[in-house]
Amino acid sequence: MPVISYIQAVTQALQEEMERDEKVFVLGEDVGVRGGVFRATEGLYEKFGESRVIDTPLAESAIAGVGIGAAMYGMRPVAEMQFADFIMPAVNQIISEAAKTRYRSNNDWTCPVTIRAPYGGGVHGALYHSQSVEAVFANQPGLKIVMPSTPYDVKGLLKAAIRDEDPVLFFEHKRAYRLIKGNVPEADYTIPIGEADVKREGADITVITYGLCVDFALQAAEKLATDGIDAHILDLRTIYPLDQQAIIEAASKTGKVLLLTEDNKEGSIIGEVAAIISENCLFDLDAPIKRLAGPDVPSMPYAPTMEKEFMMNPEKVEHAMRELAEF
Amino acid sequence: MAIEKIHMPQLGESVTEGTISTWLVNEGDYVNKYDPIAEVTTDKVNAEVPSSFSGTIKELLAGEGETIAVGDLMCHIEVADRQSNVETVDHSEVLSTNTPSSNQEQSLKMRYSPAVLRLAQEHNLDLQLITGSGRGGRITRKDVEKVIREDTLVKEKQEHRATEKNTEKVLEHDATQEPVDDKPIPPMNPGITTANGDKEIPVTGIRKTIAQNMVRSTTEIPHAWMMIEVDVTNLVKYRNAEKDSFKENEGYNLSFYAFFLNAVAKALKKYPQLNSSWKGDKIVQRKEINLSIAVARDEELFVPVIKNVDEKSIKGISKEIDTLAKKARNGNLTPQDMQGGTFTVNNTGSFGSVQSMGVINYPQAAILQVESIVKRPVIIQDMFAARDMVNLCLSLDHRVLDGVICGHFMSHIKEILENISPETTPIY
Repeated sequence: MPVISYIQAVTQALQEEMERDEKVFVLGEDVGVRGGVFRATEGLYEKFGESRVIDTPLAESAIAGVGIGAAMYGMRPVAEMQFADFIMPAVNQIISEAAKTRYRSNNDWTCPVTIRAPYGGGVHGALYHSQSVEAVFANQPGLKIVMPSTPYDVKGLLKAAIRDEDPVLFFEHKRAYRLIKGNVPEADYTIPIGEADVKREGADITVITYGLCVDFALQAAEKLATDGIDAHILDLRTIYPLDQQAIIEAASKTGKVLLLTEDNKEGSIIGEVAAIISENCLFDLDAPIKRLAGPDVPSMPYAPTMEKEFMMNPEKVEHAMRELAEF
Repeated sequence: MAIEKIHMPQLGESVTEGTISTWLVNEGDYVNKYDPIAEVTTDKVNAEVPSSFSGTIKELLAGEGETIAVGDLMCHIEVADRQSNVETVDHSEVLSTNTPSSNQEQSLKMRYSPAVLRLAQEHNLDLQLITGSGRGGRITRKDVEKVIREDTLVKEKQEHRATEKNTEKVLEHDATQEPVDDKPIPPMNPGITTANGDKEIPVTGIRKTIAQNMVRSTTEIPHAWMMIEVDVTNLVKYRNAEKDSFKENEGYNLSFYAFFLNAVAKALKKYPQLNSSWKGDKIVQRKEINLSIAVARDEELFVPVIKNVDEKSIKGISKEIDTLAKKARNGNLTPQDMQGGTFTVNNTGSFGSVQSMGVINYPQAAILQVESIVKRPVIIQDMFAARDMVNLCLSLDHRVLDGVICGHFMSHIKEILENISPETTPIY
């Protein structure tokens, strides 16, 4: 199996889906001739032409709206927000239209659009290029939100998102694009949306997280293993709706749970994970459910020292995991 | 003179590593601050890396064509005086030097998590005796799980030894534990001290089973009670008239107990609500009327079962009572004799009790205590009469049953018993 990067897995999934189904097309800012600002759509314009790889104006509401309309008409659009931070003008389209189409039309209409967006910090992107926006959408039934952590999951889940009959938000961590590499089969495969994945089996503490933090947790777990601390790591993969069964199983396994996110702590998706655990696992809990998250300040700062303070990293994760293991 | 480090800079968003394509300086070269020292290619850009200091290049740490991560060391540079570089301060030390709590501290020893308390209760462990490995001496779930694991090992070994040595006879009533095994048993009570002369009797076998059953019943079942008074003068006359010839013909006693069991079976047929079990999300109403009867032996209590009492005559019931009582006295009761009871009738009157509050025989829904039959003055039509009176005491599972239905049930028994005659209740 070839080793490819996280962003190569995105490109591969897009290309294979476009080859498989001619209804699949890509639209977004600079996705065509330039191949995307991160090179996620590199080569697609040359291969599939301007009618299937569409450069759009700088108008996110229109990108989402065109995608939604095309999806309702039977196409399989993959709309790209250049940065997740820029998704805000499209929120009305996504929440009021995409999420509600099936429900509002009593199943007469569906909206199989996939909206991709790079999120997250740690790349000196500052205020408008570092945000985590998932919590904005994570209480909108009708939407699915996928946030993969490995190239393997990226490819399988992006294909599943494109083939899904309902709207899927697909958030890719921009720092993971070239940082995370892994084995990805060349063959066609999908991973079911809505299923969490145990990334490491362990018996002492449970870490539940998603996105880039999975890698940080795995790094920290390897260090802790040399001190005899054995961490169990669950990757949510789909953060809305949550895989409740997997969360309950993982939390019950050790009774000591650390929840990680790069998002601002209050109101983040891990608060919901904590609620699921406290509703279901009281008599298995051996410690308070702990959360390690970004501070409650408006955005990722630009100054490197400040960004480091805000951003999650393996050292902070290791420290929190050790604290919990020692409790 | 001081040695400073030059690291691979961040060359754009999402870039995490760079490849050094060409070094623009050699070791020993003098460079000014911001002079380019190397060309670097990344996925996104080709860029020149500027020197962060003015000084002499000492050592190139990465070769041309080598790919290194952002933040990794590229080269050392010797600078004239101490130029401070804030970014080289290593913050990670602050995090890693968190002080582990001292082992002596025991302030959290008595703070128990829900998991620890649950495991301790399920396995009957005294938490005072467990050493905590958590912060402040806290007992962790893993500590308890370890004790349980070791405990099971010890027990298994002991049992293994016991069966090897003692192959002749294993106490039969151990088998009767089957419906209640591994259920919570009363926890050890370390608060009870023994004084000189006190005798300590180990709790084993049937005593342990009884204790488990009673704790389970009284902790799980919300008990309610009810008592009625029944005039059994007719029954006493009838039975006394028949008992000698019965004994002569059948070889065993015609007991009052049989008549009460008969009446209870009839009443259960009419009010099957009492012949049931609480099953959490549903109530199981039993079809068969199998009555558990209490039989004592020395310091032990057995509750064997008479099956399908509603299909049996007074004689049939008497015979089974006799058989089961004999078996109990000789220690020959089998697990089959004890199983399948749906309602219990307890003959408390046999040892003189006139009123009692029975503990329900788990998982049944009620138990009836038949008290002593005593002669008492009773007013009938404004005149005193000497009548044979008996108290019947019912304990009921209030989750399954309410006062109204039990009232009907008890009244019906009363009616049956007060109207007993050779016509209504033939012995054969």
